Amino acid sequence: MRKKGSSLSKFGYLLPAIILMLLFFVWPIILTIYFSFTNLALTGSAAANFQFIGLDNYQKMLTDSSVKVSLITTVIFVIFSVVGQSVLGFVIAYLMKAKNKIFRRVVGAIVLAGWVMPETVAAICAYTFMTDKGTLNEILGFFGIGMVSWLFKYPLLSVVLANIWHGTAFSMMVYQSALDNVPEDVMESAKMDGANKLQTLFGVTIPIIKDTALTNTMLITLSTLGTFGMVYTMTGTTVQTLPIFMYMRAFKNYELGYGTAISMLVLLIGAVFSIFYVKIQGKEMEG
Amino acid sequence: MRAKQEKRVAYIVLTIVAVIFALPLAWIVLASLDKNASLAVSMPDLTGENYIEVLTNPANLRSFFNGLIISLGAATIVIVLSTLAAYALSRYEMKHKKIFMLSMLFMTSLPITTVMVPVFKVFVSFGLYDNLFGIVLFMAASGMPYAIWMMKNFMDSVPMSFEEAAWVDGASRFRGILKVVLPLMLPGIFTVGIYTFSGCWGNFFVPFILLSSSEKYPASIMLYQFFGQHSVAYGTLAAYSAVYALPSIILYVITQKWMSQGFSMGGGDKG
Repeated sequence: MRKKGSSLSKFGYLLPAIILMLLFFVWPIILTIYFSFTNLALTGSAAANFQFIGLDNYQKMLTDSSVKVSLITTVIFVIFSVVGQSVLGFVIAYLMKAKNKIFRRVVGAIVLAGWVMPETVAAICAYTFMTDKGTLNEILGFFGIGMVSWLFKYPLLSVVLANIWHGTAFSMMVYQSALDNVPEDVMESAKMDGANKLQTLFGVTIPIIKDTALTNTMLITLSTLGTFGMVYTMTGTTVQTLPIFMYMRAFKNYELGYGTAISMLVLLIGAVFSIFYVKIQGKEMEG
Repeated sequence: MRAKQEKRVAYIVLTIVAVIFALPLAWIVLASLDKNASLAVSMPDLTGENYIEVLTNPANLRSFFNGLIISLGAATIVIVLSTLAAYALSRYEMKHKKIFMLSMLFMTSLPITTVMVPVFKVFVSFGLYDNLFGIVLFMAASGMPYAIWMMKNFMDSVPMSFEEAAWVDGASRFRGILKVVLPLMLPGIFTVGIYTFSGCWGNFFVPFILLSSSEKYPASIMLYQFFGQHSVAYGTLAAYSAVYALPSIILYVITQKWMSQGFSMGGGDKG
């Protein structure tokens, strides 16, 4: 490689980006770890003179039954959202193959529109759809089914459905491009061997796109884990996923230290998935 | 016969899915044009007043303007810094390049939500709390890892030889970047810029935590406040939502032009 300019200059190009990330991204992550071992408060004396309290916050979390509830809520929210988006995204992509071009365009655009929307707008769309006097109940009423207070009776289900609606387009696009890359001759030879559509799907197509499905699952798990705006706009603090719970403890109960201990929990779960994701991508980088 | 039937089932299923997906969206469009909008989808009593009301209210306009400052500011910083960083990563030999790139990817996928409590604390102590410029910096920092990752991949696809030819003609390295590399990178720069812009434009949690005065609220928070009022005028709410969503939609359509070779996944390494 040809060199021009001093060898120091290459760090000069990198430095501004690194400084910005260190200050506003890496430093807060380090502080997250640190604060989670303190009694930091939002106001009062413990706001200025907070103390190191060791594992107290973590011990408190173990005995705090609302943490357990929040963790379970988060797991349900994430699993159902991710499975829902992934399966629905795949089904749409799969069914769209070799269909009328205009039809594909229209269906694709509709699904995408819900995804492109800002989070708050998507949440409002979902809210008005599922609220007592909303479109869903109007339709159910038309079929003679009585009104259901979805958002009050089944708030978790409501936000899961909203999240699936909002996020499915991403999986759809991922699977569309994966399915387009399945070699035609592999499909042909499966057909020649007398495999029917379902056999080809499970025996040939799905094994080929398995890796894509895994990466996709990692990515949507990570984005679902941090979801705040959607849940908060639709149901306030009723559905207490970990981000909502963290927000409440830190900013409504003024317990910043305890709040960061809760974020540590989310951060750790996120880090596990991230490492897994980076490992998959890292392998591809070499290949 | 069988194949025909299967095809018909596929069309029916997709149509049902499309209708269900369209209904929540239809509300925004129809209610925003409706004089007496309600919460359910219904035929509108056509009017443009909701839009006029949204677009003539100074508080609303300011919220769009605030969102524009945050998003444009962050996108500009991200583009400049990530281009420089990507140049170093793409053109020089570096010892820990792979680790650096993988940590960028790692940071890309971490949920930002989790660091907001300490970020709040940092902002208070830096005097950046309730400051639009502070939000710009934070959004730029959190968008940087993904931008560097994308930019490096784009930069790798610009052949070294073009640049070397410019050096032979006596151009400095910086001039080489400006006159040779950047023009070839334009699609990549726009993609990263639009991605960052849209991410900031739609972000709710960051300004929600870091701002307190209502005159600094961007559209995401303004819409939330509007929505939370006791007597909401649904028509205006829908019109506000539509105006707020419009830039996201337009920008998305524009990026599709550049990414027409196929959708590239989060990592961007297939683009």
